[in-house]
Amino acid sequence: MCIDCGCAQPHDHNHDHDHGHHDDAKTISIEQNLLAKNDMLAAANRERFSEANMLVLNLVSSPGSGKTTLLEKTLSDLKGEFSFAVLEGDQQTANDADRIAATGAPVHQINTGAGCHLDAHMVGHGVEHFDLGQTDILMIENVGNLVCPASFDLGEDLKVAVLSTTEGEDKPAKYPHMFRAAEVMIINKTDLLPHLDFDIEKCRRYALAVNPDLTIFELSCRSGEGLDAWYAWLAKQVGTKKKVI
Amino acid sequence: MTINPTEPYVHELGITQSIVDIAEQTASEQNAQKVLSVTVEIGDLSGVIADAVEFCFEACIQGTRLADSKLVIKRIPGHARCNDCGTEMEIDNMTFSCSTCGSYSLQRTRGEELNIKEVEIE
Ligand SMILES: Nc1nc2c(ncn2[C@@H]2O[C@H](COP(=O)(O)OP(=O)(O)OP(=O)(O)O)[C@@H](O)[C@H]2O)c(=O)[nH]1
Ligand SMILES: [Mg+2]
Ligand SMILES: [Zn+2]
Repeated sequence: MCIDCGCAQPHDHNHDHDHGHHDDAKTISIEQNLLAKNDMLAAANRERFSEANMLVLNLVSSPGSGKTTLLEKTLSDLKGEFSFAVLEGDQQTANDADRIAATGAPVHQINTGAGCHLDAHMVGHGVEHFDLGQTDILMIENVGNLVCPASFDLGEDLKVAVLSTTEGEDKPAKYPHMFRAAEVMIINKTDLLPHLDFDIEKCRRYALAVNPDLTIFELSCRSGEGLDAWYAWLAKQVGTKKKVI
Repeated sequence: MTINPTEPYVHELGITQSIVDIAEQTASEQNAQKVLSVTVEIGDLSGVIADAVEFCFEACIQGTRLADSKLVIKRIPGHARCNDCGTEMEIDNMTFSCSTCGSYSLQRTRGEELNIKEVEIE
């Protein structure tokens, strides 16, 4: 039963209109934000997450930048330190969820079908599969897409935008909405830099121009280079959650 | 209409669906048979493409009380104020810096709107 969204209730239509009567046209003023419902559900999620003192990250990127690989790495390397839970958003398959399950962490797959982003409603139900009180970090892997997930608050603490060196360094300038919405940018696949003409300094400049407060990590999930700084940052974020108690 | 999930319009489809849902609900509450028009406000910095909403609207209104309705989109240009020198300026999604002093610290003041404003019913 869904308390926040009321989705278990059948839609209540009032059908006893007076069909004989014919009103003139009238204008009804509404003034409602189109994302209001999502924002309301996101706020409810956020409250549940904060009661559980859980750090919640929303991972966003273009397809194939390495979100799942980063999660696999992080979950295996920090297994002894934190307990994780993972929500996997994908349009079709459960491949990514299977990869996460192999690390031993609890994972739940959300298939969005034609939908190109996760929304707060899906996430609210998705976390029903986890014991939030026993979870330090909830990772939400959003659908690979740099446009839509920027507008849909899930109730996360922070958005982490993952960009890989095989993409153009001008991604942050082309998708400013996403890089402005994110607090963290990870430049992944630095092991490939010698083979590419990806200009990492330029990438940083573009990103900081759209969002001067962005925290940036450069790392390679393949070689492991740069992962330590990311892990240290994660530990610090978890620390601030626990201190609030 | 078949929708290709890799198409960027899918985002606007979700937004458009909420427009239609809210208008339908309002019509139902008012015991109205028909929605004649729906007015929405879409800011240029909202991340939503107004043309795409228009396109999706045609598909979403089939078989609803909005079937013959008109969608009125009021676009709102982006505006920002510079936190450093106070200049007010018009901006787009690609504007990073103040047109007067070059500062990156811009406060967006208008253009992120994404609202349904009114429905005309009968
Ligand atoms: N060379 C190199 N390859 C990487 C690195 N990280 C990930 N990859 C590869 O990039 C490909 C895509 O990685 P995924 O982790 O599946 O990417 P994703 O962002 O989860 O993809 P979607 O969920 O489909 O959006 C895989 O073949 C990975 O092995 C890296 O640091 N270096
Ligand atoms: Mg993945
Ligand atoms: Zn200025």
